[in-house]
Amino acid sequence: MMGVGLLTLLIGLFAFQGENATRFWAGLLQNSSFFLLITLASTFFIAATTLAHGGWQIAFRRVPEAISMAVPVLSVILLLVVFSLVFGGKDTIYHWVNTHHVHEDKVLSWKSAFLNKSFFTIATLITVGLWVFFTLKLRNMSIEEDGWDLKPATGKKILWRNTVVAGGFLVIYTLSVGSTTPWLWLMSIDAHWFSTMYSWYTFASSWVSGLSLIALFVVYLKKHGYLTYVTEEHLHDLGKFMFAFSIFWTYLWFSQYMLIWYANLPEETAYFQPRVWGEWRPIFFLNLLINFIVPLLFLMKRDTKRNYTAIVFIAIVIIFGHWLDFWQMVYPGTVKHLIFPWYELGLGLGFVGLIIFLVSNALTKAALVPKNHPYLKESIIHHT
Amino acid sequence: MAVKNFVVGLFDDEAVLFPAVKKVRTAGYKLHDVYTPFPVHGLDHAMGLRETSLHTAGFIYGITGTTTALSFMSWVFNVDWPLNIGGKPHFPLPAFIPITFELTVLFAAVGMVMTFCWLCQIMPGVKKHIFHPRQTDDKFVMVIELTEKTNAEEVKSFLQAAGAHDIHEQQAEAGWWFGRFDKDDEPYLRKVKPVNA
Repeated sequence: MMGVGLLTLLIGLFAFQGENATRFWAGLLQNSSFFLLITLASTFFIAATTLAHGGWQIAFRRVPEAISMAVPVLSVILLLVVFSLVFGGKDTIYHWVNTHHVHEDKVLSWKSAFLNKSFFTIATLITVGLWVFFTLKLRNMSIEEDGWDLKPATGKKILWRNTVVAGGFLVIYTLSVGSTTPWLWLMSIDAHWFSTMYSWYTFASSWVSGLSLIALFVVYLKKHGYLTYVTEEHLHDLGKFMFAFSIFWTYLWFSQYMLIWYANLPEETAYFQPRVWGEWRPIFFLNLLINFIVPLLFLMKRDTKRNYTAIVFIAIVIIFGHWLDFWQMVYPGTVKHLIFPWYELGLGLGFVGLIIFLVSNALTKAALVPKNHPYLKESIIHHT
Repeated sequence: MAVKNFVVGLFDDEAVLFPAVKKVRTAGYKLHDVYTPFPVHGLDHAMGLRETSLHTAGFIYGITGTTTALSFMSWVFNVDWPLNIGGKPHFPLPAFIPITFELTVLFAAVGMVMTFCWLCQIMPGVKKHIFHPRQTDDKFVMVIELTEKTNAEEVKSFLQAAGAHDIHEQQAEAGWWFGRFDKDDEPYLRKVKPVNA
């Protein structure tokens, strides 16, 4: 699949020259930001469950840890993409990078305190750097703890230092993914438009697909005879998470849409004009269908949440649905016209292959069970 | 409701209770109920209780709420009293969604609480027999119903072996009645023969 991705990238490089180069970069931006954020959701999963003193996830904690090991590599790819967009002299994606254009445009010159090259660069570098730092820190601490003795004092120490690092990460994560990062990377495509819901909406998208990604790897490992402590009880809880956050995504989707629909201000409706009434109308409603209606009705029953095949099916649907969501966030503002996304799908497959490679590699590096974690027993006897 | 004979046994620990429940079921005695001071995960499985249908009921209540909200609002704004509000259409779906959502939640929540009370037979004024005063305090109380086929002495020694203490026989009302514990006697007591100590 990595081969497919590389091949598509090369084809894209030759196919989209000149005027069409926008599509080449838009595809890269969409895919790199989507896949970076869904792998980062694994770090968020570890941090949030650690801070909440959750015990049930310890039996498969090494799986999100391994997924988060893809973050550094994907970060490098994303940084290459966004910095070549900002400094590459092209303004078809981020039209605020053109200083000449900004001087003529009143709205953009008002926003230039935030939307300028140096702020973009510094903010992106700091946030991505901190994400990578905390991800590696959590992973390294977890592996280091495998070598310790099993004593009550050790258990306390494990809990304490994990909680501190997880708390630090969550502050950074909320300030970046919950606020500035999606504004800079994705919302600034439509630089005239703004929505304060946008970051949370992006976060909800990436978090629910990140959970689906964790579920996919857990089921795969379980079916191949690893993760003996993981039962359908753990799967049930992951299913509940996927169900709940699909609804959470819809909540944010609707909150953003309804306020703009109600106020009906031209500068705000400009974002929804091509999506709801333009060429993107089918994608807009397909997005709602597969990200809300399908998970809602499918995951509502207890039996589907406890069924390995059903979880795999719905996890793939959710990941594809949110990939589509990112597609319709990036494309109407850049490529404008609805086209069959063969190039974008190819790149997506490439990223999926890369993630599978990196995660499998990371899974082989450490034991699949953190044997000294004080909550391990709680996870083994976990019962919903 | 019927007055029945029961054998009551007390347990101190859920770790002893679980194997005991399993043994009772394999031995084929009729388990009336197990009273615990806190919710014990997995005890419903061990007791062989069927999956609750409360979810299905909740889904139906929710759907009812959705339909009620949507149909009422569209009737008001299209048929009964059409108003032009800010040039919006007469069927403005986005504006209806919050109310539809609220009514769905309200119907589902209230309906499920009431169904839950119905299924568990709890209501102000509805009383049930208390087998042991400490059954919701700090003891696990297992109650086995005696049928014509079961021998009371055999059940007692069986419970003894399973780790129970304070084992005794009771004759009590199996269902519920209306009344107050502080004022009224348990009405079935009139029908009960004195238990041989």
